[in-house]
Amino acid sequence: MFYCILCYNLESEIDAWTREKEAAIMAKCDAVAHELAAQGRLGPVGRLMPTTTAMTVRASREPLVLDGPFAETKEQLLGFYLVDCKSLVDALQVARNLVGDTGALEVRPLATFYPGIGLQ
Amino acid sequence: MTEVAWIGPALAAARPQAVAALLRYFRDLDVAEEAFQEASLRALKSWPVNGPPRDPAAWLIFVGRNSALDELRRRNKHDSLPDDDVIPDAENNEAALVERLDSSAYQDDVLRLLFVCCQPDLPATQQIAVALRIVSGLSVQEIARAFLVSEAAMAQRITRAKRAMQESAVAFETPGPVERAERLNTVAAMIYLLFNEGYSASGGEAHVRVPLCEEAIRLARLLLRLFPSESEIMGLAALMLLQHARAAARLDATGNIVLLDDQDRHLWNHALIAEGLVLVEKAQRVGIPGTYQLQAAIAAVHARAARPQDTDWGQIDQIYAVLEVLQPSPVVTLNRAVAVSKVRGPAAALQLLEPLARPLAGYFHYFGVKGALLKELGRADEARVAFNQAIALARTAAEAAHIRMNLDRLDK
Repeated sequence: MFYCILCYNLESEIDAWTREKEAAIMAKCDAVAHELAAQGRLGPVGRLMPTTTAMTVRASREPLVLDGPFAETKEQLLGFYLVDCKSLVDALQVARNLVGDTGALEVRPLATFYPGIGLQ
Repeated sequence: MTEVAWIGPALAAARPQAVAALLRYFRDLDVAEEAFQEASLRALKSWPVNGPPRDPAAWLIFVGRNSALDELRRRNKHDSLPDDDVIPDAENNEAALVERLDSSAYQDDVLRLLFVCCQPDLPATQQIAVALRIVSGLSVQEIARAFLVSEAAMAQRITRAKRAMQESAVAFETPGPVERAERLNTVAAMIYLLFNEGYSASGGEAHVRVPLCEEAIRLARLLLRLFPSESEIMGLAALMLLQHARAAARLDATGNIVLLDDQDRHLWNHALIAEGLVLVEKAQRVGIPGTYQLQAAIAAVHARAARPQDTDWGQIDQIYAVLEVLQPSPVVTLNRAVAVSKVRGPAAALQLLEPLARPLAGYFHYFGVKGALLKELGRADEARVAFNQAIALARTAAEAAHIRMNLDRLDK
């Protein structure tokens, strides 16, 4: 089963990280990703730009284009990993390896998967 | 890294919103700051044990408000009865408070907090210093270091500025659309000043002060999260991102200024550029060009050019022409002259400079540009005069050194 691990945290807090802290966190995540890749289990990984760059298109009689992210949530969606996991327990373990001191990871199994053309 | 290394960023991130909400409750900056301070101390004790709260800002507001109320009650026992005006919403519980935070009210809280720092009678550097202290929570020592003054001098400046702020009457009612727009304008200008203070230091040894630029970008992002449809705030954020993206390439190893044409574009921060370009595009959708957007659009043209010779100077000239109409200023014309020199040659540019001689008589860059144009035209003697005038007006060692390099080249 493929699982999507969605990373959430307060964007204002990410903004307040020092460069050292940011580097330490990314190094930790990279190490987990590296291991998953070595096991042949890692799919696409993406880090999103800040929500300030986001736009939302909402269904309406005429589709409504709004500035800003989809939802006014406390924590913002910052990025995602796609991982091949044997079980939910396995996926939760990956998320546990990735999670930092603050923020949250949402673990959601994929219903269908189209690998795309392998964008570079 | 210590066990509680995450608390610092969490407190810093929650600070603007928390202090802003506390200011609305107590209508007194000192009380609000003390309340936040007290709440932060309690967070340092509680959070490592209990883990981070779901909503750090709400936690800090709740705890800070209660501790300040206790303090006020204690004092009032000795003085007089509590004043209902001083303690509004005393019966609110945390749930109601959190609900309120979810509403749009706190946008205006944070905007108000930034706005009270922008007292028009305060010099710009004091506005910036006090915003860094109150909104960003930088220590007096950090701010003093950034402004290259002694800690005592900076402490005095901030105290004086805060007194001026306390005396001015700031409306605590929810602002109307016009007032909100005015506040946003004022605050945007202050944030841009802060950025410029970092981007091109107004004195001393350091020519670029990265932390000030980063703080300005942080505040702009904060503002944009609160007001996601404000195209000028998008423009402001984009402008600063695109300019700051070049920071690593702007000075060489010995601290000398490297001009845009000579910069190693691999050193540019392409993540910041990408974010800036998206914001420029987003802002353009609105269709009402403002001055920050236009400046960002110019920076975007530079950022899109892989090599200096790929720069679309014609487009830059056009955008400056619009900017001249929107914000007529000799500095804008001076910048346009640089674009004109690339499109129509140095003689045409020099012509544009003529009416600027008087208004920019004390402006370093005017003489720098003038010297460079004269040099290009082979008028070495006049170029030398202009460069010497520039050196006399240089504010940092790097500026002076850069002009001296031009002089040396003239002599060859």
